[in-house]
Amino acid sequence: MDLRFTEEEVAFRKEVRDFIRQNLPARTRERLRLGYSPTKQDIVDWQRILNKKGWATYKWPKAYGGTDWSPTQRMIFQEENQINHAPEVNGFNITMIGPVIIQFGTPEQKAHILPRAANLEDWWCQGFSEPGSGSDLASLKTAAKRVGDDYIVNGQKIWTSTAHHADWCFALVRTDPNARKPQEGISFLLIDMKTPGITVRPIISIDNSHHLNEVFFDDVKVPVANRVYEENKGWDVAKFLLGNERTGIARLGKSMERINYAQELARDVRQNGKPLIEDAGFRQRVAKLQVQAKALELTQLRVVAKAAGNSDGKPDPFSSVLKIKGTELLQDTAELVMDIAGPLAMPDWAKELDLLNRESGDNEPLIGPEWAGYAAPPYLMLRAASIYGGTNEIQKNILNKAILRL
Amino acid sequence: MDFELTEDQRLLNDSVSRLLADRYAFDARRGYIKSAQGWSQEMWEKYAELGLLGLPFPEEYGGFGGGAVDIMMVMEAFGRSLVVEPFLATVVLGGSAIKYAGNEAQKGEILPQIVDGSLKLGWAHGEQQARYDLTDVLTTATKDGSGWVLEGAKSVVLHGDCADMLVVSARTGGDRMDKEGLTLFLVPANTPGVARRGYAMRDGTRAAEISLSTVKLGPEAVLGTVGDAYGIIERVTQAGIAAFAAETVGACEAAHTMTLDYLRTRVQFGRPIGTNQVLQHKAADMLIEVEQARSMAMLAAMMVDEEDAAERTRNISMAKVGVGQSGRFVTQNSVQLHGGIGMTEEYAVGHYFRRVMVFEHSWGDSAYHLGLLADQVG
Repeated sequence: MDLRFTEEEVAFRKEVRDFIRQNLPARTRERLRLGYSPTKQDIVDWQRILNKKGWATYKWPKAYGGTDWSPTQRMIFQEENQINHAPEVNGFNITMIGPVIIQFGTPEQKAHILPRAANLEDWWCQGFSEPGSGSDLASLKTAAKRVGDDYIVNGQKIWTSTAHHADWCFALVRTDPNARKPQEGISFLLIDMKTPGITVRPIISIDNSHHLNEVFFDDVKVPVANRVYEENKGWDVAKFLLGNERTGIARLGKSMERINYAQELARDVRQNGKPLIEDAGFRQRVAKLQVQAKALELTQLRVVAKAAGNSDGKPDPFSSVLKIKGTELLQDTAELVMDIAGPLAMPDWAKELDLLNRESGDNEPLIGPEWAGYAAPPYLMLRAASIYGGTNEIQKNILNKAILRL
Repeated sequence: MDFELTEDQRLLNDSVSRLLADRYAFDARRGYIKSAQGWSQEMWEKYAELGLLGLPFPEEYGGFGGGAVDIMMVMEAFGRSLVVEPFLATVVLGGSAIKYAGNEAQKGEILPQIVDGSLKLGWAHGEQQARYDLTDVLTTATKDGSGWVLEGAKSVVLHGDCADMLVVSARTGGDRMDKEGLTLFLVPANTPGVARRGYAMRDGTRAAEISLSTVKLGPEAVLGTVGDAYGIIERVTQAGIAAFAAETVGACEAAHTMTLDYLRTRVQFGRPIGTNQVLQHKAADMLIEVEQARSMAMLAAMMVDEEDAAERTRNISMAKVGVGQSGRFVTQNSVQLHGGIGMTEEYAVGHYFRRVMVFEHSWGDSAYHLGLLADQVG
């Protein structure tokens, strides 16, 4: 047993870090450092820089333009992006639709979709959840009726992140309403968001921003050629997609970066007339989070090492541990940053502090320290981290079913 | 010990609850927030009619002669309905400052105008660099003939954008963190040199940054004793904590009730999600925390008028920690148990969550007060 990274891994980490520091646009870096969500343009620009280097599709097989990195290297790459304030690559493109097309797509689908997904020529979104189908995804009702060479899609999706940016949507639809089991009548369709009959309605979330949407389908015509895999076998595709590459789910680098950032901030903020960083209670809180992060780092490495040793492609149920602990840590570190800002995090200064608007010539003076104005939104938005991607309660059910068997 | 309300308190509670049930549905509230000033003048007048704006003031000034328990009841009801009018700022904070520090002339002039709803106050004490330290005041007041000149800036002044009169703390002596040398001033908001920038808080209520540049005041503007305001600042803050704690309990109670309704009605896998024991236990944990918070809000209310400053300060800190930690737990879990819908602006649960978040970050968060209490251990 040796818990240290190998020399090659250490060198790889340095290579990735140097590349990010030399190539990440300064504005993007600053926005993410302050806690602001990356803009669409931030993500597009960075993914294209990575794609040129051959790194955007690092999770794909080499034959499809990916890398031959080990699971540990992939983890290091993701962590370095997060620690150095780079946006994460568009997960819908890279982690979801890309691997699905590689596994299940026709040669035509592969040739058309993969390069455009890699270079973010097309922005993908995920049409899975519906108002009545959250944790119980297989109960979904959006219907696709076969008419000649098309499906006619009617129904509604909800919680569709970035649908307002998206060019394409991969969606689960019901093609056989009379199937024996709910999972058996579902198909996986690729839907052009410009098709007539699609309406995207924003859902404003509690951080007062627009990430989420409802998407309505009203007689939307989708060519049968845009179906992935067999009709009524879409659930197999969905299971593959949801289980694919679960190790990145903890987003540990992001939490590590926030712990570092919090210490930086706490030097400049005062409590009882002294820098907050000198406060015993604060120091213990940071130390506890560091312990949590260290434990998660090693657990994640163990899961990764196990994945490297078995290639059956089945998701490791233990990845639920990473999801639960990773999202709790993300929430706790965002809360830490907000608590440092304290009362200055409470005003909704979003409009005044909007870097994009300021660039367009708003000369009004700032009304508070910029970093404090960004301190609450990540805390608010990350309450969703224990809800999306399978709630943490559902993750515990998975652990019970697969490991505990109680 | 007596936990019962008096007949008068019960009547008051009923009429406040009835008014809010009629006029403060979630959609109505949304309308009030969207209006230009961000709250409802009409509701403000209703509160005046009911006597709420005079609740804590002596009858000789037109008040109701009530105490902290009356305020607690009203604030709990306000918390349940997420009331956004400037009650805390005007009646509790500004009103307490006048009540504790005002001379006869000041009380006689100001309190009746609070009672009838014609005067709104702002408590302009906090500053950007101060965070939670009550003595960290950089705003200065220098003698100018018989009067004073104020210079400085105040931060996150609750409802400071609509206040007609500001109660401003300033240094007339001492150094940055000294308790000595602080003085309170009554500053009409339209005094030359006062500039305000109003904004919405994360919970939809209003606040403002206020700058004071060469603000000239007469000698009558001094509230209380020159150089000796720290004790008053502490009491006003503590009255604010007690009232906001009660509001937080109301918000937690309502969020918990909404969550129970959701657990009963949301069906997944063919049955209500509330049939899952893990969610039943979570809801039970939330109930426990709501009641623990209620106990601590009662403690805070009972302590507002305690004359022993050390005793009062210690218990108010305990209440701040208790209500803050319970409030985080209850409202974070209210969002979690709702799932996606709890994350949306159009649903009330996320608003309760943010109201409680603002409480936690007002006048010392749980960690801050725990630190004060920890210093006294042993």
